[in-house]
Amino acid sequence: MKVIFDCPQALSDVTTHYCPGCTHGIIHRLVAEAIDELGILERTVGVASVGCSVLAYDYLECDWQQAAHGRAPAVATGIKRALPDGIVFTYQGDGDLASIGTAEIIHAANRGEAITVIYVNNTNYGMTGGQMAPTTLIGQVTTTSPGGRDVKEAGYPLRMAEMLATLEGVNYLARVAVNSPANIMKAKRAIKQAFRVQVEDDGFALVEVLSTCPTNWRLDPVEALQWVEDNMIPYYPLGEFKVSGEVK
Amino acid sequence: MRGDKVLMVGNEAIGEAAIRAGCQLYFAYPITPQSELPQLLARRMPEEGRVFLQAESEVAAINMVYGAAGAGSRVMTSSSSPGISLKQEGISYIAGAELPCVIVNIVRGGPGLGGIQPAQSDYFQATKGGGHGDYRLIVLAPASVQEMVDLTALAFDLADKYRNPVMILGDGVLGQMMEPVEFGDIKPEIPSKPWATTGRKGRDRNVVNSLYLDPNKLEEHNWHLQAKYRKIEEEEIRFDTFNLDDAQLIIVAYGISARIARTAIEMARADGIAAGLLRPITLFPFPTGAIAQAAEKARAFLSLELSAGQMVEDVRLAVNGKRPVHFYGRTGGIIPTPQEVYGEIKKIAGEEVAK
Repeated sequence: MKVIFDCPQALSDVTTHYCPGCTHGIIHRLVAEAIDELGILERTVGVASVGCSVLAYDYLECDWQQAAHGRAPAVATGIKRALPDGIVFTYQGDGDLASIGTAEIIHAANRGEAITVIYVNNTNYGMTGGQMAPTTLIGQVTTTSPGGRDVKEAGYPLRMAEMLATLEGVNYLARVAVNSPANIMKAKRAIKQAFRVQVEDDGFALVEVLSTCPTNWRLDPVEALQWVEDNMIPYYPLGEFKVSGEVK
Repeated sequence: MRGDKVLMVGNEAIGEAAIRAGCQLYFAYPITPQSELPQLLARRMPEEGRVFLQAESEVAAINMVYGAAGAGSRVMTSSSSPGISLKQEGISYIAGAELPCVIVNIVRGGPGLGGIQPAQSDYFQATKGGGHGDYRLIVLAPASVQEMVDLTALAFDLADKYRNPVMILGDGVLGQMMEPVEFGDIKPEIPSKPWATTGRKGRDRNVVNSLYLDPNKLEEHNWHLQAKYRKIEEEEIRFDTFNLDDAQLIIVAYGISARIARTAIEMARADGIAAGLLRPITLFPFPTGAIAQAAEKARAFLSLELSAGQMVEDVRLAVNGKRPVHFYGRTGGIIPTPQEVYGEIKKIAGEEVAK
């Protein structure tokens, strides 16, 4: 009998702590599939960040380091420079990467550091109770923007993919979503490409993944998927921004 | 260079010693007065096929150290006071995750941006933890350029032996002054590191981490760390003495202050005052026992520091009320003259005689 669907080897056989309907689980699986398909599990080191995905080291079977808030790209730099033949990736949320860790991500990208970054954007600080993030949409209600994000007070939602695409050091950069089967398939291809770039020693690669946060968005899981479609994608357009170092 | 003496400034001596001690990666950010160190290593590390990387910030540099140390490599960073403050978050994580590394602080005056002249006002920060949580660094305090070489080699070995960050606490004088040094036989003792994240080939996966969400597990981890610090206190105390045996007045001083103290003690001895020196080489672990023992015979202590009085607290804890503990210090980059220190010695000796 031909096996057509199985649990990826790189995915741990455990129950995650993620809320019902959160799409971190899907993204973990896509990373695991990419690692399996490229045959790199035994030389991969993940860098977990601070936020909902802090426990990612319990969910993927590679070696891991847990980094301080926002510092994952610097930690990954240290690992990669120590182990040039290793495959090093960070898994960071939007509070981590787009707020406290802006310096680290910009400079790792600008150095063309040969690492892969999985950047999960769910427009809020999920772990700490749904506070406003730099990525929170205009007018979006969070626990620290109770009247909705006011651009006069809090500025504008930060489009990290577009910003980072301006850097010469970036080889591959895409924004994907995991709110529909079709988008998940595209996300899978982008994530695998971001790892392949590193396998081929071709520099820095980042995939921004639009993800749901039903709990803090106060939506049910299905509504949350629709909210990504209706609210996030219009502001955060999907697509490849850079391929093989060329701006698309 | 082995066996031969060469003239070097302290900052460069640390860099050359680090290379000989097997340092594979060095990450740093520019700051005065330690610039000679990254400048030397920018040239020397690539020559040796090793990694020099100028980070975008002190914060990034210490996190690069975390990553490389976690991957099992000998790694170092260096900075000066304001930069070391920025590194504290990363140092706390490194201590929590029990990663070996060497951190050099060529201390300058503070607080804030302070100045660029030498100081010893980072003693509290270095020896009491510095970042958040219950942890200690091993802190080594060289008093000469030669000792910067010797203690750099020792720092890497101790870091690996205890899986603990080690700080070399120098100052702007030691960093920038030139003295003859020899590198001798630096034979790095690098243990195997089965815990390192090198890729899981042939073993179960490794996780470098300082997160323990279960309070029982976190407490267990904390007691494990404390047990390690107690072992370090038992096994790694190092200090030097000068005219200590019959001393009635003991100056406790480290680093460049100890050299000033030595000259002042010679002046005192010439005038018949029985002064002596106890120079801590390890600031953590602090030579508490040696000071307590000295307090059995000596009549008074003087803590001499380039600060407003920090180590004096540890001297008082060690003396434990048995004898008076005086303090003399200058701050902000002012270095006391031996005459000035001798003045203090005479004053204290006079008070003690008067009693």
